[in-house]
Amino acid sequence: MNHAILLPIILPLVTAILLILLSGRRRIIRTISLLSTIALVAVSIVLLMQANDGQIRLYAPGNWAPPFGIILVLDRLSAMMLAVTAVLAFFSIAYAVRGHDAPGDRLHGMVHFLLVGLNGAFLTGDLFNLFVFFEILLISSYGLLLHGRGVERARSGLHYVIVNLIGSALFLLGVSALYGITGSLNMADLGDKMSKLDPADAPLAATAGILLLVVFGLKAAMAPFYFWLPRAYAAASAPVAAMFAIMTKVGVYAIIRVYTQIFGDNAGELANFAWFWLWPIALVTLVMGLLGALSARELRVQIAYLVIVSVGTLLAGIALNREAGLAASLYYLVHSTLICGAMFLLADLILRQRGELLDHIAEGPRLRQSALLGTLFFIGAMAIAGLPPFSGFIGKLLLLSAAGANDDTLVLWLIVLGGSLITLIALSRSGSMFFWQTTDQIESAPAADKGALLAVVGLLCCVGAVTVAASPVLEYTQAVARQLLEPGAYFQAMQQFRVR
Amino acid sequence: MEALVAIVIAVLVSCGVYLLLRARTFPVILGLTLISYAVNLFIFVMGRLRSGAPAVIGSSETYADPIPQALVLTAIVIGFAMTAFLLVLSLRARAELGNDHVDGGAAIGEKPSKPVRPLEEDEV
Repeated sequence: MNHAILLPIILPLVTAILLILLSGRRRIIRTISLLSTIALVAVSIVLLMQANDGQIRLYAPGNWAPPFGIILVLDRLSAMMLAVTAVLAFFSIAYAVRGHDAPGDRLHGMVHFLLVGLNGAFLTGDLFNLFVFFEILLISSYGLLLHGRGVERARSGLHYVIVNLIGSALFLLGVSALYGITGSLNMADLGDKMSKLDPADAPLAATAGILLLVVFGLKAAMAPFYFWLPRAYAAASAPVAAMFAIMTKVGVYAIIRVYTQIFGDNAGELANFAWFWLWPIALVTLVMGLLGALSARELRVQIAYLVIVSVGTLLAGIALNREAGLAASLYYLVHSTLICGAMFLLADLILRQRGELLDHIAEGPRLRQSALLGTLFFIGAMAIAGLPPFSGFIGKLLLLSAAGANDDTLVLWLIVLGGSLITLIALSRSGSMFFWQTTDQIESAPAADKGALLAVVGLLCCVGAVTVAASPVLEYTQAVARQLLEPGAYFQAMQQFRVR
Repeated sequence: MEALVAIVIAVLVSCGVYLLLRARTFPVILGLTLISYAVNLFIFVMGRLRSGAPAVIGSSETYADPIPQALVLTAIVIGFAMTAFLLVLSLRARAELGNDHVDGGAAIGEKPSKPVRPLEEDEV
């Protein structure tokens, strides 16, 4: 067995425990935290290169042969998600260690626990284990969100926790109903059992499937389950909000995994039933996100709504249920995660130079580093709106060409193209308020920390790299899509798998 | 017996949903607790109901499915931890917001909340 598969879970786990034990020694904590994320990036790149040969690697932590024990699965999709998470975590931590992890030093330990949950969720091949990793990432995210004082944090945290607890209950109902019908929790095995399902059990299995869709939709913040997101993300501290950019994508990942693997082409009567629901929901999510971005009063709320827009775009591509659509969506996923993270960090740098106004979109004093932050904001806004030459443009172009031009997809064309325009209008409103429509006085805030600036620039450079290297990245996401749409290969890999 | 258990689960869930829709944090926590009880029962029942069948092979003629029992244990532990967390959180919200309304007592027409200010490094 290839023990490296375990590293993305073990490494942050050990780091997190260590950081909690070291509580109080800020310098050491920051160093270890940063070094650990660098190691995580290295590990995930190694795994990405391994997975790129198209082979599906399995790991049985308890040494029980599947489908009975829990297995971890490394395929192209999970390797890609691991890499994106690690890169985002590195830049978030790099931003946090420059004095933005106040108060205290507990933030680092919780971020690493969050990474345990995220990486575990991406790697696991077992539905109940997915639930457990979801809970790990959720409880760390509760802690991270509430970290530090603030009335608004308590308020939005309460909503976030309650909504997610209801989601967990529904998740358990869905999982156990599936177990009751099929007698299995292994995703590949479930996919196989679905193809041999007794037609009398099909409605029950569909109910379980819809319950799971609701749960994953809640995590992904799709309409109508996104109301918790904007306030929570706007209230979180900057490195946490940047880390949360991947949290919605976990929901999207789970949707892709479950509805291609379990309810995919081979699922008999229930084959691809989720896409019928997902398509209109994705379009509504897009529209609601855009309206929210237009009406936001604060920059962080605006970016949070743009996260919802990106989720809508992703889900629309997935709901097309074509290889090209899935590949385009996955490309867009990489882009949108990185750029949303970068924008949350940038918003923090901007609001620190605006005195009491913070990120409220209103006329205020001129920023101390108006030109520098303005340039970064301009680049970020172009990328997030999907204007050429940035990767958002490539992602949207691929999505629209995958959708093709017919009556069904006409509305997608309208929303995606109109959406770019609306995003641009919303961001130019806030951008011109921050950088141009200012009073003559300059706020006496300290200049932005160089290290923190580097973290933002680094994330923006990653977006740039996804643009420049669009061809290899796209080749990879196309390979991911091909692998996903052939769930048989995964099942075969599992049957041939022998524990030692 | 199946019908009875189903009715119990249904009653628990409906009471839970009713309490969840209350505006105060304490009934909401009670509602979540009731729902998690119902969910735990549901998971247990998914291993089918049998009496006199221990979850050990060989100790009697028939045996019960051990997996749902293991799942229930996990679900109970996680549910318990989450409820404890939510209790502490709602106490903090009560202290910070000055009331126990789930929306923090934001009345209609109240001024929008202020953006959250980031803390400086040495602030405690």
